[in-house]
Amino acid sequence: MFRWTWLNRFGPVLALALVYGLFVMLNAKMTSLIALETMMQQTVIVGVAAIGMTLVIIAGGIDLSVGSVIAISSVVAAWTMTSLGFAPWLACVSGILTGMVCGLGNGLVITKLKLVPFVATLGMLLIVRGLAKGLAHSMPINVEQTWLNNLLAALPPERRWQLFPPGAWLMIILALTVAVFLRYTRWGRHIVAVGSNESTARLCGVSVERMKIWVYATAGAFGGLAGLMMMSYQEQGDPTGALGLELDVIAAVVIGGGSLSGGEGSVIGSLIGAMIMTVIRTGCQLNGWPTWITQIVTGGIIITAITLDRLRHRAGTY
Amino acid sequence: MLEMHGISKRFGATLALDQVNLDVRPGEVHALVGENGAGKSTLMKILSGVFPPDTGQIFLEGQMFTAKEPLQAKQQGIGMIYQELSLIPHLTVEENILLGIEPVTMGFLRRSEMRSRALRAMQHFQHPEIQPDVLVRNLSLSGQQLVEIARSLALGSRILVFDEPTSSLNQSDTDCLFKLIETLKAEGITIIYISHFLEEVYRIADRITVLRDGVVVDTRDRADVTETEVVRMMVGRDVKSLYPKTPRQRGASLLKINKLTGGPSLHDVSLQLYANEILGIFGLVGAGRTEFLRALFGLDAVRSGEIQVGFYSGHANPGQRWRQGVGLLSENRKEEGLALGLSLADNVTLTRLRPLESLGLLSLRQQKRMTKQWIEALDIRCQAPDQVTASLSGGNQQKAALARLLYHDADVLLLDEPTRGIDVAAKATIYEVLDRLTLGDSGKGVIMVSSYIPELLGVCDRIAVMCRGRLGTVLPAEELDEHKLMRAAIG
Repeated sequence: MFRWTWLNRFGPVLALALVYGLFVMLNAKMTSLIALETMMQQTVIVGVAAIGMTLVIIAGGIDLSVGSVIAISSVVAAWTMTSLGFAPWLACVSGILTGMVCGLGNGLVITKLKLVPFVATLGMLLIVRGLAKGLAHSMPINVEQTWLNNLLAALPPERRWQLFPPGAWLMIILALTVAVFLRYTRWGRHIVAVGSNESTARLCGVSVERMKIWVYATAGAFGGLAGLMMMSYQEQGDPTGALGLELDVIAAVVIGGGSLSGGEGSVIGSLIGAMIMTVIRTGCQLNGWPTWITQIVTGGIIITAITLDRLRHRAGTY
Repeated sequence: MLEMHGISKRFGATLALDQVNLDVRPGEVHALVGENGAGKSTLMKILSGVFPPDTGQIFLEGQMFTAKEPLQAKQQGIGMIYQELSLIPHLTVEENILLGIEPVTMGFLRRSEMRSRALRAMQHFQHPEIQPDVLVRNLSLSGQQLVEIARSLALGSRILVFDEPTSSLNQSDTDCLFKLIETLKAEGITIIYISHFLEEVYRIADRITVLRDGVVVDTRDRADVTETEVVRMMVGRDVKSLYPKTPRQRGASLLKINKLTGGPSLHDVSLQLYANEILGIFGLVGAGRTEFLRALFGLDAVRSGEIQVGFYSGHANPGQRWRQGVGLLSENRKEEGLALGLSLADNVTLTRLRPLESLGLLSLRQQKRMTKQWIEALDIRCQAPDQVTASLSGGNQQKAALARLLYHDADVLLLDEPTRGIDVAAKATIYEVLDRLTLGDSGKGVIMVSSYIPELLGVCDRIAVMCRGRLGTVLPAEELDEHKLMRAAIG
């Protein structure tokens, strides 16, 4: 019984170490600075979205629209900068707000129309993607260089001491904040309660509907932030970007210990899950393997992670 | 303390409660008994705020009581302890106890205050496994129940309503619960106790109210009324004997088991079942009785030993066992016994669809006809054979599960807790059916696993006791009594 709780706590980290170690053995270039930087940059987009997705999954829901939300936020931010002449910081706010509004939409459809989250967010996925394409006339919107681009860019020599680009630090700080929130505040504990046993939570006076709307709106905001990161990295708002990324985000949360039946999940675990998938992708690229191998390997890791999760559960209950 | 006057409630065409009056004195243990459908749960749902009554009023400690939703009822001091526990598995004991009333500063939980309040609510019982920071899902069922009680106490409930609290508890947990009830009574907490088990009611209740078909038959002091009278009031007719036992003659050997070993604890179990007998197996929770039936039926692996069913010997899987004429009724009817989403007819005929086929297609009319026969034989209260099984009451669901074995015409019936959690009338029907089944030279035998001693002594011809995976000697029921069975079960 003891060993299983250890696996529970450190499982994702061990998995990360294992996967990284494997790829290092295959190709020493994995330890190079460039490789590490690339991996960090790629993790941030999925990682930031995963913070919000962790909240949704802990609350017992799911959000399939996050890929589209990332796309539309990047488009809105780029569009406001080029067509409306917004300053970069205002464009950021617009991007995040766009994400929040999409999330709000999800929350309202799920609570007021009483649709199952899978179906509601599936519909949103298509609607939001369509809106993004419509706004950008189906073409990427290029933005000029601003300080925004430094969010995820490689650090120049004089700022090497910062280790990671500012975007990565933002992700880490936000993750820690949300983790503390889930553990030590009443609102956070109530989110866990709703995901674990919704009817009981309702019986105990938790305002379940209000909470769900809040959770989806917050996840949407995180999706918006991820969209900003993507725009900063690619220097354009791309309506076709982040296609299918929701699966990566959900996989990250599940690898990190989240359970799709609710009540369980870890923000730090989700970040590690996002890192694992980036390591796999980068490792495969460095070795010159075609993308289809990457997909098979990633899929295999996800199945292994979930199987271990099942075993852990069965062993942990008497 | 609590007065409910003239409570009536109608659901469509059914009058669930008809001018019910209930009067509960402060600090007493008031038992509420009645068959399924008598109106006990409806009355309690009204009290707990799930829905309002059509007529009537409720007074709590002299004040008018209205609750538009369960939360309001809880806040006004009514604590409900349901059979299906309402706890959050992923939160700790103290988080569950204080859910909804957590002390916070600017949104952050005040942990030390939570700890002291939780400990105060838990002071009435010492249960080693219930520590404030243990996750509720890691507790046993009885531990979880205690957490529920602690939660009601933390909310300041003055009345606790227990709805069938001991159905899933073993004897020692039940004793702990009763001791706790005594302690709570001494503290002035009023208790309403709903149960089918009259021995329990007689152990702890001060007064008993009997409901039948939505009407209060009577409210009496426990000391002034006998169990037989209570049963008569519950059922409305003279129940001469709840346990019919027509004398019967044992037939040929149906099932022979020799030194069966398997699973985590089964060891050297040997047993022989004859035709025209009912063999009971008693034991405490965890003794291995269900394991035994599952191993016999081929659901779990067998390490060693011989099983002989009629002409067939050796191991078999469940499909083969059904074909050999062995049927299993699992103790977990909701999950293993029935497909609740399917119709009554589908469930009953599930194991033997071939005779209903013509030209390879299932004849739904035949299926309905066969099912109707069994509905009548077992007196299953339903609207139609194609009714969804989930909408039947517990007792009728159990009868449906039993009907499957009867429709299949199994020769060996393995029944695991067949009457657990169902009302008196349904139990009586099932006993009658089993009695008739093993009469004369029908060639059928029954193995019945049960935790309910009166039932075993009343219905079975022979009884064996299982303890820690081993089966004791099988003795005729006349030679046994409650003490002997208990002693053998404790081992």
